[in-house]
Amino acid sequence: MTNHFFGDTAVLLGRSLRHISRSLDTIITTTLTPIAMMLLFVYVLGGAINTGTDSYVAYLLPGIMVITIASGIAYTAFRLFLDLQGGIFERFHSMPIARSSVLWAHVVTSLVANLISVIVVVLVAVLMGFRTSAGLLAWLAVLGIVVILTLALTWLAVIPGLTAKSADGASAFAYPLIFLPFISSAFVPTATMPTPVRIFAENQPVTSIVNAIRALFAGQPVGADLPIALAWCVGILVLAYVLAMLTYRRKLS
Amino acid sequence: MTLLTEPPVRVRGLVKSFKDVEVLRGVDFEVARGSIFALLGSNGAGKTTVIKVLSTLLSADAGEARVNGFAVGAQASDVRQSISLTGQFAAVDEILTGRENLVLIARLRHLKNPGQLADALLERFSLTDASGRRVATYSGGMRRRLDIAMSLLGEPPVVFLDEPTTGLDPQARLEVWQAIRELAASGTTILLTTQYLDEAEQLADRIAILHGGRIIENGTLAELKALLPPAKVEYVEKQPTLEEVFLAIVGEPEAGEESA
Repeated sequence: MTNHFFGDTAVLLGRSLRHISRSLDTIITTTLTPIAMMLLFVYVLGGAINTGTDSYVAYLLPGIMVITIASGIAYTAFRLFLDLQGGIFERFHSMPIARSSVLWAHVVTSLVANLISVIVVVLVAVLMGFRTSAGLLAWLAVLGIVVILTLALTWLAVIPGLTAKSADGASAFAYPLIFLPFISSAFVPTATMPTPVRIFAENQPVTSIVNAIRALFAGQPVGADLPIALAWCVGILVLAYVLAMLTYRRKLS
Repeated sequence: MTLLTEPPVRVRGLVKSFKDVEVLRGVDFEVARGSIFALLGSNGAGKTTVIKVLSTLLSADAGEARVNGFAVGAQASDVRQSISLTGQFAAVDEILTGRENLVLIARLRHLKNPGQLADALLERFSLTDASGRRVATYSGGMRRRLDIAMSLLGEPPVVFLDEPTTGLDPQARLEVWQAIRELAASGTTILLTTQYLDEAEQLADRIAILHGGRIIENGTLAELKALLPPAKVEYVEKQPTLEEVFLAIVGEPEAGEESA
């Protein structure tokens, strides 16, 4: 029945997108915390932080984008859990449809919802004085990083969505992901950190992702950060996809 | 053709364990075309496991299960084409409206004119007035009716109903019974599970009792009754049941429910 894969995914995608358009609060709550954080860091803490750049909003924005995505994908786990809980997942699986469509519809929905959230966050940053000299190519590169990162984290979110015992458990896995940017170059330069923390911060995925996006926005050369960021994102994506599919198969046996 | 000679549901020696727990230890039964077959058993007897195996959601450890002439394991997509499953919990989408739920399933079954099909089923299950409302606002009985209506899209020859009236109030229960009877009258083969003895008694052409992982009895209501010693005649004052009192006070939704 794989010949129906795209048609079935489109139908199920329509369903999930309707869910989002009817509960816009999920997008609002996704963007609220990152925006509050951005306000806090720029107008309260930012004055005391020396990043060596003119605009702290510009310095902060890439990290805030990562946090937005990390909190947004928790809803994928949550929605998937609700589908399993409510029995509609079983209904879909007992029907002659392409089975993986059920997961892909949730994943593409997550992509759409997170892109909207990130756009909202960027617009708020613009209101706060963020300006960029990025050209079309740089913007496309930023979009590419955001898309691959969202896909990677969404497939990661599919795993707790399929295995969680409660709705809280399904979304709780996102907390460490939201925390990770704090131990990176997202808020402050890593140079001031004690050596062990600095080594961790400089070698975890968020730093390279944040540095790459920051350089793209500033119209500066991205150096090694872009390939390292992409390698991390693609690596996580492949690993998460394989693990999610294994979990899914086991669920069906 | 095998489709005509073979019973639409045939189960032989079905075995299924979850970790160390042997839930099914060799289940055998057949369901005749166009009949209502009730699988009766207490909670945890394995009724849902049987339904899940037959609807390709679980794979059996051993034994043979065929639905509409197709092997459940090897020809899963043919089986899925032939069946519909109404699970233990009304598998409806709460955020969508009743009509959107039906259109969704019709599209997934790749049917033509999903809108028209949805409207016809809404009419048939007395849901036309509520069709534009979100399912979250529906009563338990309306949800179940919608659930069953969704199962009928594409007119699958075999329908599985897993505890179709669990958690429903008496009126909603009568509504669902009526829907099941009409479905059987139109020629659909129905396998339902229930823990309510009266439900099996009211609806089923044949009743099988699942206990300890096996079918311990299988027959018509009359055959099952004949297993016990002949009825003694006793004079008992006829007391109305609480259900009869309840329905008399609140008003029965439909007439003619008492005929067995």
